[in-house]
Amino acid sequence: MRRHLGEQLWAFAVWALVVFFVVNLLAMIATVLVNSFGTHWFNTWFPPAYTTQWYTMAWDEFGLPSILLVTVEAVAAVVVLSGLIGVPAAYALARRDFPGKRVVLLLFLLPLIVPPITYGIPLATVLYQAHLAGAIWGVILANLVPTVPFVVLIMIPFVEQIDPRIEAAAHVFGAGVGRLFFQVLVPLLTPGILAALILVLVRTIAMFELTFFTAGPDSQTLVVALYYAVFAAGVRPAQSIDAMAVIYMVSTLVWLLIALRFVNPTQIVTRARQ
Amino acid sequence: MSIALRGTNTTISVRRRLKERGLDGVTLLVLPGVIFVLALFVYPFLYGLFLSFKPLKGGTLANYVTFFSQPFLYDTIWTTLVIAVPVTILNVVLSIPVALRVRRMKWQRLLTTILVIPITLGTVLIADGLLTYLGPAGWLNRILLGLGLTNSPVRLIHNYWGVMLSLVISGFPFTFLLTLSYVTGIDPSLENAGAMLGARARTRFARILLPLLLPGLTITLALSFVQAFSVFPSAILLGEPSGSTRVISIAAYTAAFEQFDYSMASAIAMIMAAVQILIVVALLAMRGVFFRGPVSTGKG
Amino acid sequence: MPSAPHDFRELRLEAISREFGQRHALRGVTLSVARGEFVALLGPSGCGKSTALNCIAGLLQLSGGAIWLDNTRIDELGPEERGFGMVFQNYALFPHMTVRRNVGFGLTTQRRSKAEITRRVDEALGVVRLEQHTDKLPGQLSGGQQQRVAIARAIVVEPPLMLMDEPLSNLDAKLRLEMRAEIRRIHAMLGCSTIYVTHDQEEALSLADRILVLIEGQMRQLGTPAELYSQPATPDVAEFMGYRNLLESTATPADCGVMVSVAGARLRGTPQGTKAAEGRVVVAIRPEDLVPVPDGPIAATVEIAEYHGRDFYAVLRGDDGATLYCRSPVRLSAGESLRLDARPDRVLVFTP
Repeated sequence: MRRHLGEQLWAFAVWALVVFFVVNLLAMIATVLVNSFGTHWFNTWFPPAYTTQWYTMAWDEFGLPSILLVTVEAVAAVVVLSGLIGVPAAYALARRDFPGKRVVLLLFLLPLIVPPITYGIPLATVLYQAHLAGAIWGVILANLVPTVPFVVLIMIPFVEQIDPRIEAAAHVFGAGVGRLFFQVLVPLLTPGILAALILVLVRTIAMFELTFFTAGPDSQTLVVALYYAVFAAGVRPAQSIDAMAVIYMVSTLVWLLIALRFVNPTQIVTRARQ
Repeated sequence: MSIALRGTNTTISVRRRLKERGLDGVTLLVLPGVIFVLALFVYPFLYGLFLSFKPLKGGTLANYVTFFSQPFLYDTIWTTLVIAVPVTILNVVLSIPVALRVRRMKWQRLLTTILVIPITLGTVLIADGLLTYLGPAGWLNRILLGLGLTNSPVRLIHNYWGVMLSLVISGFPFTFLLTLSYVTGIDPSLENAGAMLGARARTRFARILLPLLLPGLTITLALSFVQAFSVFPSAILLGEPSGSTRVISIAAYTAAFEQFDYSMASAIAMIMAAVQILIVVALLAMRGVFFRGPVSTGKG
Repeated sequence: MPSAPHDFRELRLEAISREFGQRHALRGVTLSVARGEFVALLGPSGCGKSTALNCIAGLLQLSGGAIWLDNTRIDELGPEERGFGMVFQNYALFPHMTVRRNVGFGLTTQRRSKAEITRRVDEALGVVRLEQHTDKLPGQLSGGQQQRVAIARAIVVEPPLMLMDEPLSNLDAKLRLEMRAEIRRIHAMLGCSTIYVTHDQEEALSLADRILVLIEGQMRQLGTPAELYSQPATPDVAEFMGYRNLLESTATPADCGVMVSVAGARLRGTPQGTKAAEGRVVVAIRPEDLVPVPDGPIAATVEIAEYHGRDFYAVLRGDDGATLYCRSPVRLSAGESLRLDARPDRVLVFTP
């Protein structure tokens, strides 16, 4: 449609807003990146010289190897477990209509809508009472609370997409439950499962509050360690903190890039829509 | 299986009746997930509620009384609202024109991808980034000084504004994607019909688009508000956790992990949940007033 | 309702074209619509007819050419300024407004007085015979009723031109016939110039004063329904208009007309167009015009025979293996061998 001057000005203003947002966002990320490589940076646009010493420093001082190991262990456990619990549940919800189904769906929806802070503190309290918090299992269990429902709600449409008559055909031709599952369902569901699990991975790496409340000194994930580093910013040089931040950024963005090959960016966010 | 003939019939028919109601072996697959959510979400919540009524000292309601009688505590509600409400309104209001403009562009996917980055990075990283970027020697202030827009560096960190900006950066993408999904659900031929009947862009927006968007927008408002109200690491790292940005989540955290008063912490968490529920319910009630039917005209 | 709309004499499309990237959706379409005329844009899916309508409406910009309303060039104007009425394929009724507010929308945008709006809306609803449903929401109406509301909404603004985009395609067969009669009645009553897009040749034949056939974005034929029915201009128009027997053949000139071979037999045919037909040609015969006669020149065997109540529809195989289609009141059954003939003026011969 032809646009009048007023409408063209408005379009320009909206675009300017978007560009402003994106530019600031990218500049902010760039700041962290540049700072982590600069020798020192006080009053100039760019650091006068560059070095990788902060990375070595961060590696040693923050105990990054063990933190990374903990992160990998915790995230891997969360991914695997949420898949094992969530996918069968999604299958059942997609294929069966039982009394109380709506309640169950609500039950899976709540942990995604209620923000982690609100349920995190009571959850941490319970986990401490059960002597699980303060160690990696507390972290894993806490992080499973939002991810199991996430997997369930993402997988239900994938299961519904598979024509139930395929399963009927498999039964007619003699497949038992095991064969049906491994030779028919899993291959068909693999793209969906992959998408869901990668998203779980991305979200868990970045999940702060739940880990923060349940981790002990030896069971911090990278994001929590980063928080503590920034919190105690006076003690450590800012550049080494930013070096750690860059390592964290890479760890999330690399998985985001991989995730984007399988899913639409919208799904990372709008996990559940009424 | 029972051996007696009559017994066999009863057992079969029970199984079949259950199956017809949707309960069989497959349905049981739901059980581990359900138990998990009950055990680690519902139960802690109820436990926390219960615990909040068993304070370290005083009667049943002592925690709540303490909360509402100490300004240091009850002011946190107001402080959090002062941050969360403007951020939410700003995010939602800004998302509408951007979503309307972007929905027909081929740049949509690129923009959505870029906007997902802050969500992926998370609030801690954004806080760290902003500490440098918005700092007195950071690029933003340099540009402002260079352009002559201010005479001295603008104070944007360790105060309200830093927290606000970080919530906009981390919250706008989420709000935008939700709004976009509602906007794209509206049948484009409705706007065409409006145009054919003489309505300019502003009229089309006010009389056709907005009424149809309002139900979805209230949900977006509710979800965005809940997210903003839960602000935590930004308020500490980028704000003044003992002053102007002492939000309610900090109060809860302090009670739990610095004073080890889990009962009080649970009470504060309950209050936090209650405020969120109150506002969400109010928003959803407003939604009931709006047209909630299908926004694309079907054939009859 | 006064049926003297805007004072215009003709709408002129001058070689309009529209491209989408590399794809030419419309190319060089030229048409004049006189006041009060009912013109149908007919063609298969993807032929550009909806594109043309959207360009006339202003919902799409032209890539080339111009559109004139008498002496005013309108293709630079937005749809809000052209003042045409439009009925959409999916009705596009505003779901959150009652019937009354839907129909009155165009008048509200013109800022008419409430009294005038009420009066004119009531009149329009009377024309489409929907007076009882003024306070319902579109979701509460049936498909046919929604269609009437859409029509009322378009006619109430008394536009100089009505644009209809396949308005009946979402209705079931019976409703479609009813609504077709309604559209004819309303057009007769109001005399509003109309451009009507459809892929259904029956609809076009029954409603239009003139039909423009578009195939792959280009004009193929512009004529009255009778002309299109009995004298299609090209093989693809013929195919679209129901000439199911389309055969490649060779022609040799004869005393009156031309001789072509059809399914191994020689038939007399009528050349279409100005060129004399010779050599390779395409022959088009309607199934109704291929008649079973005891001593006809074409020999064929019935493969499939369908009973259609008043007649039979058969798929036949000729002696040379060609597939033929025939519609006849004579009883036909599968496996039967028979002979066919066709009148020379009903055997159309096209030179490619």
